Amino acid sequence: MSSLEEKVKKIIAEQLSVAEDQITPGASFVEDLGADSLDTVELVMALEEEFEIDIPDEEAEKIVTFQDVLNYIRSHTNQQA
Amino acid sequence: MKLQGSIALVTGASRGIGRAIAERLAADGAKVIGTATSPSGAESIDQWLAPLGGAARVLDVCDSAASAALVAEIEKSFGSIGILVNNAGITRDMLAVRMKDEDWDAVIQTNLSAVFKMSKLVMRGMMKARNGRIINIGSVVGSMGNFGQANYAAAKAGLVGMSKSLAAELGARNITVNVVAPGFIETDMTRELSDEVKAKLFERLLIQRLGSGQEVAAAVAFLASPDAAYITGHTLHVNGGMFLS
Repeated sequence: MSSLEEKVKKIIAEQLSVAEDQITPGASFVEDLGADSLDTVELVMALEEEFEIDIPDEEAEKIVTFQDVLNYIRSHTNQQA
Repeated sequence: MKLQGSIALVTGASRGIGRAIAERLAADGAKVIGTATSPSGAESIDQWLAPLGGAARVLDVCDSAASAALVAEIEKSFGSIGILVNNAGITRDMLAVRMKDEDWDAVIQTNLSAVFKMSKLVMRGMMKARNGRIINIGSVVGSMGNFGQANYAAAKAGLVGMSKSLAAELGARNITVNVVAPGFIETDMTRELSDEVKAKLFERLLIQRLGSGQEVAAAVAFLASPDAAYITGHTLHVNGGMFLS
């Protein structure tokens, strides 16, 4: 697993209070990991803080899985890992 | 010492109700940071608050950048803010027909918009802590309306709807958001009222006297305490029964 994946997985685990092994690439935050709307907002804010990016609301709405986060971070930062 | 270990931010703490609230929260064990708009106001807060373990800061609540900087500085110097009391407020009374747009805007900005912005600034830390208390100081005027106070009444009524919405959003994080709505309280403002106006006021009171700042502060201290963990979205009236009559 790349360092980016590890970092993101750790943030998701912490924000949603779930075990890291539950966070599979396609796992939906809301449907599979039990997140509510406030959890998803907190997750987006934590990602913004960690990667020093600004995720617009219309983009944030589309980020619903672990894989979505990785794709977004890779295409909006220099983190290629 | 129910608030031992808590950090409390009280806006508009230099006199009146704000001062009484800051003193009471400090007496209950909180580390209180009280704000005033002027350096001389902050100095006077420092004189009585520092001995109680608190600190004073200069802040114009309408200055969003200054508010953000202050919250960041408090979190760095003292720790995450667990209790926010939005007390700072102004009046610009005038009969509606003669009220200037600037006076409407100033009151809405200070008494409503700034409260939302300040609440938003402390929310993040409270969400992380999974605990928090936001207490907004309303007014009986927000429920009753008042001659010459269309702007003030609108802002204070607005606080109630805003507080209920924040309560709904933040309840899952154990953050409570409530309003304490004072009636006529003995302050510099009400001391200036004529005996005639006071006599009229008393006709509407079940308890025949003005309230004290300490009586408002007691309600705030209760809502700030662990005892009130299950009370949120509520407006606690401290008005001697005025609203009933």
